Amino acid sequence: MSLDAPHGHIGFTLNGDSVTVATSPTARLSEVLRESAGAKDVKIGCNAGDCGACTVLLDGAPVCACMIAAGQAQGAVIETQVGLVADDPHAARLAQSFQRHQAAQCGICTPGMMVSAVALLRSGAPLSSEAVEDALGGVLCRCTGYRKIIDAVLDASGTAPLSTGGVGAPIARLDGWPKVSGTERFGDDVAPEGALLARPIRAPYHRAAFRFGDLDAFRDARGLEVILTAADIPGENRFGVIPGFEDQPMLAEGETRFKGEAVACVVGTPEAIAAMPAFPVTWEELPSITTPKGADKAALLHADRAENVMCRGYVARGDAGAALASAPHVVSGDFSTGFIEHGYIEPEAASAVRVGDRLEIRCCTQAPFMNRDGIAGLMGLAPDQVRILPTAVGGGFGSKLDLTAQPFVALAAWITGKPVRIAFTRTESLMASTKRHPSEVHMEIAADDDGHILGARFDGVFNTGAYASWGPTVANRVPIHASGPYRTPNYEARSAGIHTNTAPAGAFRGFGVPQSAVAQEQLYDMMAEKLGIDRLEFRLRNALRNGEPTVTGQVFERGMAIDACLEALKPAWETALADCAAFNAEHSGVKRGVGVASGWYGCGNTSISNPSTIRAGITAAGELFLHQGAVDIGQGSNTVITQIFAQALGVSVADVSLIGADTDITPDAGKTSASRQTYISGNAARLCGEALRAQILRLGNVSDTAVISFDNGLTLSDGDATVQVPLSGDGYVLEAVESYDPPTTPLDENGQGDPYAVFGTAAQLCVAEVDLALGTTRLIRMVAAHDVGKAINPLLVEGQVEGGVAQGIGLALMEEFLPGRTENLHDYLIPTIGDVPPIDTLIIESGDAHGPYGAKGLGEHCLIPTAPAVLNAIAHATGARIHHLPATPARLRAAIKAL
Amino acid sequence: MTLHRPESLEDALALSGGGAALLAGGTDLYPGLRDGAPPPELIDLTRIASMKGITRSDSGWRIGGATTWTAIVKADLPPMFDGLKAAAREVGSVQIQNAGTLAGNLCNASPAADGVPALLALDASVELASAGGTRVLPLEGFILGPRRTALEPGEILSAIHIPDAPGQGAFLKLGARKYLVISIAMVAATVTTRAGRIETARIAVGACSPVARRLSALETQLVGATQDEVFARTGAYAFDELSPIDDVRASAGYRLDAVTALVARTVANAMETL
Repeated sequence: MSLDAPHGHIGFTLNGDSVTVATSPTARLSEVLRESAGAKDVKIGCNAGDCGACTVLLDGAPVCACMIAAGQAQGAVIETQVGLVADDPHAARLAQSFQRHQAAQCGICTPGMMVSAVALLRSGAPLSSEAVEDALGGVLCRCTGYRKIIDAVLDASGTAPLSTGGVGAPIARLDGWPKVSGTERFGDDVAPEGALLARPIRAPYHRAAFRFGDLDAFRDARGLEVILTAADIPGENRFGVIPGFEDQPMLAEGETRFKGEAVACVVGTPEAIAAMPAFPVTWEELPSITTPKGADKAALLHADRAENVMCRGYVARGDAGAALASAPHVVSGDFSTGFIEHGYIEPEAASAVRVGDRLEIRCCTQAPFMNRDGIAGLMGLAPDQVRILPTAVGGGFGSKLDLTAQPFVALAAWITGKPVRIAFTRTESLMASTKRHPSEVHMEIAADDDGHILGARFDGVFNTGAYASWGPTVANRVPIHASGPYRTPNYEARSAGIHTNTAPAGAFRGFGVPQSAVAQEQLYDMMAEKLGIDRLEFRLRNALRNGEPTVTGQVFERGMAIDACLEALKPAWETALADCAAFNAEHSGVKRGVGVASGWYGCGNTSISNPSTIRAGITAAGELFLHQGAVDIGQGSNTVITQIFAQALGVSVADVSLIGADTDITPDAGKTSASRQTYISGNAARLCGEALRAQILRLGNVSDTAVISFDNGLTLSDGDATVQVPLSGDGYVLEAVESYDPPTTPLDENGQGDPYAVFGTAAQLCVAEVDLALGTTRLIRMVAAHDVGKAINPLLVEGQVEGGVAQGIGLALMEEFLPGRTENLHDYLIPTIGDVPPIDTLIIESGDAHGPYGAKGLGEHCLIPTAPAVLNAIAHATGARIHHLPATPARLRAAIKAL
Repeated sequence: MTLHRPESLEDALALSGGGAALLAGGTDLYPGLRDGAPPPELIDLTRIASMKGITRSDSGWRIGGATTWTAIVKADLPPMFDGLKAAAREVGSVQIQNAGTLAGNLCNASPAADGVPALLALDASVELASAGGTRVLPLEGFILGPRRTALEPGEILSAIHIPDAPGQGAFLKLGARKYLVISIAMVAATVTTRAGRIETARIAVGACSPVARRLSALETQLVGATQDEVFARTGAYAFDELSPIDDVRASAGYRLDAVTALVARTVANAMETL
């Protein structure tokens, strides 16, 4: 039997329905399921079997649909997440369990995870963590750290009800059900029917000159709609995220500065794009630099940035030089980290439609208003001519702040007047998206005989890539944080962001602080060992306490709680030390060690305004709407902001209907970055709820303690009295819009001032086991103590911590993006479900002076201590200290041999 | 675009040789497209009954080329196959084991193919069918180099033959993470012992040379060794058969270093189980 297109109608059973599709029998089944059969719950993350997002059951067995020819499914029974949750009792219960455990964060891996888990549950095999890991090992998740997914599968037959309540209650994600039932819609899931495809043409060299052939002839010969080049851009061909650093062209002119930079964009029907031969462009490779070494002498990437220095940062307090010169004990060292890829499972995607003289863009983004303004600049439009409609975001972690896919569809839709879509391939995403900055750090730390830190000096060079992106933020933030959360009376820290011919380094969970912590926290261990002081005790002795100045001279009277975090680890620390000693006495080829490390992070932008605005309204029908523009990229702002708002208004979260980010109707809640949403947007939500409550109580003329109810219109109960508030009119009869901007002060020339209103602190403990002959590391457990001020939702706090720890493990042990070499997810490795050990989260609630109900931000803090804790555990186990990350088996084995 | 789905080897052979690409599990073919369009004509081998499953013959075992890794894991096989089963469990992920086939693993000829060392340690040979007849090659003579085999146009790797032999199989894979990982190195061994000492050993190493290699000299040197002596003798062995390279996963030096430990452990594991 042969299946020949165009006669090749392929028939199969999809979720119980007989389906016939007219498609090429050699096309990938994943694409056919999505585009021809409408199964948008089948996600495409890599097209190579590396991520498992497209897992479906084919005649009952989990397979990656991206590697199955559509014709191979002829006559088969295919089941996907949507059908399983609707029809299979295992899957229906599993979906509830996923909700109960918050096993879905962003939700992009959830279809693959649940489909794989259903196969395990149906098999009847005994359930254990190991069995779950084996069954789910083929699906990557970048948000959760996997532990809650394992918990959810093990508890799949559980029947416990979901939690309820306001601030402080571990309620399930309010946006969770679409994610666990398969109806969530991400960037590429909402592409308009029949849209044209945009395909960028990207540079194959780190640096190159280029010349186009006859583009018009190529377009006409191939039946393409349009070929976009820089000449087609109506506005200014540059974008960026930091004022004064908008330096990145949408389409390069004359020369490309990194491998993967776009020079043109072809737009056409999917068929025309698929059939397109080699694009007519001639490349001339030019000399390039990919590391900061020698960058000062290399050709300038940007004419106005001498020696390829993008910018520098500086903080000084006391006299670090004198302290180091006169101290009885000094330790110093060089440390480095490589490019780290965000590795969200959803590649960048967008679609655009021109509506009159406006553009509507649907995309996965962390920063809708910044995207709007950036597109307006490129397009030569006023900002209000651009509407950004964020979709669900399949992971962001900082890289979906910048414009990526949006400009291509915006320009194409504007010029053609037709709907246009784009989804980056995994390779494109890896080549062109921003990365965590590679770092080269030299640091010295001085202490007295009693183990008190006398001073520290830090010098960090950061490879910021070809364009600025968030590089200035990293350069500014690192010197403020490089002391760690410790009393450091004499301090001098310098940072520099250096341009090279690599993908732009930008924002990634921590903005440079994870890199500085790798140096500082390892040196703390080295100092403690030198002094013969217990490593946890040494940290406690130097922990910055309330009333003591930070390295920028800022003094917190409450909310500096690193001492409480470290104290919380003490029982686990003592147990782990004893367990390791006992284990090591029994074993020679494998050794266990315990590591500890701290971290801190200032919430929000550094010393500059970054307000959030939240809007809420009540209709005449008594419906309560919350315009919640703090984009939920999986971290949980839809839930947390609603909990805060409901608490402030005095209603149940069930009374609140959410309206998400949409630059036309929902005000700007700022970008989802810098651990600012719970603190800043949360405060705006609190103010909004309080303002709306005040209006309502005034209308009802009742006391401050009255209870608001929406059971029957808008009803107020005040003691024995019940008041019905009359509501009439169109739109919102009652409305409140409130903003919050953190109180900070500018930094002086020595970096002194109050850069953040809120710092969060954390300390983590790691137990690691090292195979001495192979240099492989197996993590046994992690304990993470985090001061979150007040846990608005403890379940979501745990999710953030576990996900951050997993990313920290990747940073420590396996992740390094090598430009041009690791442009897929089998050469660029992120942790799998078998690489993240059990994690105990200890929540500390110090009660912040500024945060809503005392809450602080949390997102970045979770991974900052992880890598140094892992490295310190490895050093404790083996005596070998890893200065240059990641601690791959080869590097660790070499370090062990060098002992 | 055409996908042929023959149900007999004869039909498949009649279709092949004309430029159509062979498709089984697709786990190498589709990733190899790097997001590009699939070949215009494919022959799907997964519906050919004679190419699936494991059968016992007079002289040994026949594994159909299109047998999946999952089928290997689930099959009831003697201890000699424990190394192949362990390798099957370490191929990519459950998703890949459910689709990927042994013949595909061999014909893809990756230096890091997880199936090759285990099959080498079983003295496997491959059955190559063509319209003109069938020939059998030892596996060592089939894979010629990275991405290069002795498969001629028009030929299909229809089965793998494994001679019957006593012994215990074992397999160890070294990678930088738990699942979905390309091997830095892997070792397979099939061992028989008498009174706690090695009587025969067949050992193969993958990802440390262009093609996975048997370590014949070491196999000889290990005869008579106790478990402790295995470590000593392996530690003294030079591994001249291997020629590892530096790549994104590890350095050549590390591979050689790690292989010493891996080989001794794999052999010791096999002895342990006996």
